[in-house]
Amino acid sequence: MVLGQPDLAAETIGGGELANRAAGLITVQPLRARGRVRLPRGVRRMFGPLVFLFLWWLFTKTGVLSKVALAPPQSVASAGWHLIVDGTLISAIWASLQRVLWGFLIGGVIAITLALLAGLFRLGEDLVDATMGMLRTVPWVGLIPLFVVWFGIGERPKIALVALGVTFPLYINTYAGIRNVDAGLVETGTSLGLGRWGLIRHVVLPGALPGALVGLRYSLGIAWLALVFAEQINASNGIGYLMNNAENYFETNVIILCLVVYAILGLTTDLIVRLLIRYLLPWRTSYEGT
Amino acid sequence: MSALAAATEATGVETTGVAGASAADTAVYVRGLVRAFGDRRVIDGLDVDIRAGEFVALLGHSGCGKSTLLRILAGLDRNIEGHVAVPRRIGVAFQSPRLMPWKRVWRNVVLGLPGRPDRQLASSYLSEVGLDEYATAWPKTLSGGEAQRVSLARALVRDPDLLLLDEPFGALDALTRIKAQHLVAELWQRHGCAVLLVTHDVEESLIVADRVLVMDGGGIAHEVRVELPRPRDVGHPEFVALRTQLLAWLGVGLTGPA
Repeated sequence: MVLGQPDLAAETIGGGELANRAAGLITVQPLRARGRVRLPRGVRRMFGPLVFLFLWWLFTKTGVLSKVALAPPQSVASAGWHLIVDGTLISAIWASLQRVLWGFLIGGVIAITLALLAGLFRLGEDLVDATMGMLRTVPWVGLIPLFVVWFGIGERPKIALVALGVTFPLYINTYAGIRNVDAGLVETGTSLGLGRWGLIRHVVLPGALPGALVGLRYSLGIAWLALVFAEQINASNGIGYLMNNAENYFETNVIILCLVVYAILGLTTDLIVRLLIRYLLPWRTSYEGT
Repeated sequence: MSALAAATEATGVETTGVAGASAADTAVYVRGLVRAFGDRRVIDGLDVDIRAGEFVALLGHSGCGKSTLLRILAGLDRNIEGHVAVPRRIGVAFQSPRLMPWKRVWRNVVLGLPGRPDRQLASSYLSEVGLDEYATAWPKTLSGGEAQRVSLARALVRDPDLLLLDEPFGALDALTRIKAQHLVAELWQRHGCAVLLVTHDVEESLIVADRVLVMDGGGIAHEVRVELPRPRDVGHPEFVALRTQLLAWLGVGLTGPA
């Protein structure tokens, strides 16, 4: 029937030519026929940031933005160079990185443990999930004064704040990951003779992994955010300390440098998680963000 | 997670009060089975026997309780009353393949077997369903028919005395389904296990089964023995007569009762 239609059209028009047969149809153009010069994707993606840098340079150069309010890009770069050469920046990054790692480790262990308890056991759900739901609504940044009272002003309140920030997104996503495991697959596991531990190991945990990794990505983002807040508490080293110092001397170039360093560190950890996702979830039908 | 909770005990559903059934030649023994969902008794006083090595097809309208019966026999639903006895070793294939997407094909096949995953064993069963070359593939790369064959291999690898098939070909296209039916008949002849095939396809039931049961009103309403030689010719007059009869029992006989 479909094949017959062009013939029918040709008859009514009364011509036997190709153009007539195709009357009322549109020709699908091959994509490459549009012939235009295409930049490599990587080069195109550089364009936006470069324009941004240029405008920044232009505005500070022409005095639209005063140099006191915003240091020009080349001044930020030279500040970075000096701080790297004298070792200040590296030791600051190392101090901050340690806080994030410890906080993340502690928060991660707490979150995963609680998520397993709540996800795998009814009793755990009743005891843990309601409590976490309640605590989650407390703005964790607001706990800084309390943490200073509890832990003093050393490393401990900073690590505790990072740990607290990490715990909730990781808990929620891991718990949801466990609870979203396809019930049909759990049933199949049962019919294959898997016991409770076998089901957890072969069905529930691998099924919860995508959710847990989403949580990991969120929580690492939160970890760096928590660090920025934490390092405002009387830090004597770290990137936050560098920033506070610069604030006292109106060194906006160093402040911006520190913000850039925070951003780069955040991006790096995000990249690590994305590689981890690619490595751990090759079986998935779709990737996210890679 | 109730399925998880049930799993701790569900591993060896054996006998729930056998009355007069000799274990040697009986694969399934059910008397007075009742399964109610709320007030609705989906299975109501059902009796059924399946001999060892017998191929039985179970027909019925959607919602008549045939899948529920299969789940009960598989030990997946135990909110029941009555006597149910099944073999210790059971293989199940569901309507969707239900492969663990995070396990490669061969690991799916041997999942749940005791001891270390045995690649050789998986391979031998995968070659039986013609898929040995996909042993290390991820399930997502398989077509629907291939995934269903893997799920058959997974059901057979535990050398079951009873194979439960819950409309395993329902989602396949017509050509793939015919191939899969032949494959199942072949596997059954080789392994000699009892099979209960739940289906809504009258022709399919007549191609593969020794006996066809029609479920209605919560019990087995009709039953017919198929004594045609295999492989069966769908054009054989007796085949046609049986199909007409079954369709009439199912209330869709277009040509009237045979």
